[in-house]
Amino acid sequence: MRITGAQAVMKSLEMLGVDTVFGYPGGAILPAYDPMIDAGFTHVLVRHEQGAIHMAEGYAHATGRVGVCIVTSGPAATNLVTGLADANMDSVPVLAITGQVATTSIGSDAFQEADVTGITMPITKHNELVHHVERVADAIKEAYHIARSGRPGPVLVDLPKDVLNATVEWSWDDRVDLPGYKPTVRGHGKMVREALDLIAAAERPVIYAGGGLVRADAGDELYEFATQLELPVVTTLMGRGVFPDTHELAIGMPGMHGHYAAVKALQEADLLVTLGARFDDRVTGKLDAFAPLAKVIHVDVDPAEIGKNRAVDVPIVGDVKVVLGQLLRVLDDKREKGTVEALIPDTTAWRAHLAAMQTDHPLLVDQPSSGVVKPQTAIRAIHEHWGDEAVYVAGVGQHQMWAAQHIPYTRGGQWINSGGLGTMGFAVPAAIGAKAGVGPDVPVVAIDGDGCFQMTFQEIASAVQHDIPVTFCVINNGYLGMVRQWQSLFYDDRLSQVTLPQDLPDLMKLADAYGIPGFRVTTVDELDTTLTKARAITDQPVLVEFRVDPDEMVFPMVPSGASNDEILETAEEWYARAAAVKAAAAAGEDA
Amino acid sequence: MRDRHTLSVLVENRPGVLTRIAGMFARRGYNIHSLAVGPTEDARVSRLTVVVGAEAVQLEQIIKQLNKLVHVLKIVELDQDESVEREMQLVKVTADPATRSQIIEIAEVFRAKIVDVDHDALTIEAAGAPAKLEAMVDLLEPYGIREMVRSGTIALSRGTRSITDGSKLRMQRVV
Repeated sequence: MRITGAQAVMKSLEMLGVDTVFGYPGGAILPAYDPMIDAGFTHVLVRHEQGAIHMAEGYAHATGRVGVCIVTSGPAATNLVTGLADANMDSVPVLAITGQVATTSIGSDAFQEADVTGITMPITKHNELVHHVERVADAIKEAYHIARSGRPGPVLVDLPKDVLNATVEWSWDDRVDLPGYKPTVRGHGKMVREALDLIAAAERPVIYAGGGLVRADAGDELYEFATQLELPVVTTLMGRGVFPDTHELAIGMPGMHGHYAAVKALQEADLLVTLGARFDDRVTGKLDAFAPLAKVIHVDVDPAEIGKNRAVDVPIVGDVKVVLGQLLRVLDDKREKGTVEALIPDTTAWRAHLAAMQTDHPLLVDQPSSGVVKPQTAIRAIHEHWGDEAVYVAGVGQHQMWAAQHIPYTRGGQWINSGGLGTMGFAVPAAIGAKAGVGPDVPVVAIDGDGCFQMTFQEIASAVQHDIPVTFCVINNGYLGMVRQWQSLFYDDRLSQVTLPQDLPDLMKLADAYGIPGFRVTTVDELDTTLTKARAITDQPVLVEFRVDPDEMVFPMVPSGASNDEILETAEEWYARAAAVKAAAAAGEDA
Repeated sequence: MRDRHTLSVLVENRPGVLTRIAGMFARRGYNIHSLAVGPTEDARVSRLTVVVGAEAVQLEQIIKQLNKLVHVLKIVELDQDESVEREMQLVKVTADPATRSQIIEIAEVFRAKIVDVDHDALTIEAAGAPAKLEAMVDLLEPYGIREMVRSGTIALSRGTRSITDGSKLRMQRVV
């Protein structure tokens, strides 16, 4: 059967089981939009191409499947750049399909031409400009395979218009032949045994659980491993929920705005069992001072992550789900032989110490009983109403940190955010993509800031048009809050270009303009009744605005560039430290 | 002082492979001393020789990051004592009848060839290890070097074994 390249794209996506594609048509990709009318998947028409790729990311985050977006050449393709970089940083499996000018025009500065494979090379896991129609099916198939396997990531396929229009004899082979791409799946047996020996000998071990566990869908294995060995667990920003926060072994989130006990647990540990995490600077703080007493076991599917930032005692390259399976099998064997006890470290005293730290150093919210709503209170109330079954999607900034801190997550994929790249504007489209992926039974709540929201709220139209009922919560503090916080703390309160008037735009009129219900909470007294009303609406998008205390800051905080030992829990502590530093400097000058 | 390491990299012969590798070096701030690329005994495979300046930890990262590129098939670090390294150089030297024979003599010492002669200049072709070529240029300098060009380093391991020995390289395509 002879078909066009464009038809081959559609058939390839169908063969791969793609059910949803996020996209925006235009010149060079027009040939693909004709056979799409009959294709066996849903197309969500976005309002900006950045929306398409963030939706694909949200879909991938929430489902574990590859998110797919399709856009035209030139400006459409360059509008994907932010999302590709975001997916690359957070290892999100995304297939991006872009139109390109005809092969005969490439290099001539033709209308809507851009060197998209060149532009996206450093921010994709792989990309390909397809030169011949015979390559179309294989290119799509290989891209999909590369995106989801090994360390997942974004892969872009650039399709010139003449390649889409040319005809080819259709054939499909499920096998993928990539001689230079063979991700390691199983961990080295000797290293697996060494890891268990190191754990058995540890007095203060901690599992440092990262986003790789979410990507590998290894929550169940992690649970077994941690509970059988009685190891405390910290979950990074990308790993929140992969071990349930409600479990007594859960110590919380490490990092710059992490939970006090989690930050201290890593600092005091004598062993880090690092699973799918990458010693990111936001976790380690000053690298030389990070977990100074700890030996390190590092399990990662990407060999380049091992030893990149921190020297490792036991390196294990492999899929973390498979490696955890190997570790559990050794434990099972030993249990049968009656020798498993020798592998379980006595962490009783260590766990009691961490539990005491959790009790003594809770998150502090200074919420008056009436009047102004603290943003943390708003976020806790959102969780109370939408519960454990919902998926929460955040943007970037203060609201993101509060949402990561204050909501107890209980499963991987329940918390979606832009961690590595820190992409403002992520939440609205990512929540829409997530909802398209998880279907009608799982509520999806975007928790966004007023700055982030205004970067991408045009996608509410996509949600309305395609009946994707997301609840959009805007934590409106009238500021670019995190930037203001840094200006307050690091620039002597000299605020520069951070004011976003709370009434601009009027979000209730905006909700009205999109034809969706809008709710505004201005005092803590109306929080419960208003959220009850908003929660009752499940068949259409809803906008909930929280007018919150504009001056609230995110704490705890490790000062930028400082050791994690210097974690500060309140603004008062911060200013006391700053005053002490100033006084010491002045004394030094006098001397 | 960063050590000098020679990497031999087999890659699929595909458009853009060189850009991917050069781009990865640039993006991660790695230091390339020289890069040479050419065909191999297998038409589907090209061989790059990259000379990098890196300490041990960084070298490990370079090799790992190279390995992540989908079109990279195999990477071997060539030990400088256990391999043959060559560069090629063309030098155009000012040469009048009075100095010509002296320059030819220098060329002969370095087993270089005179590949072009004109009234006022000689062009010399030389191949060898980088240090040898530098020594020759030093000696030619006083006569006046009009222009010169040098290739990147190419290298092969000594002995019988080849980079394609062993199991890692599989290029059998499903037909």
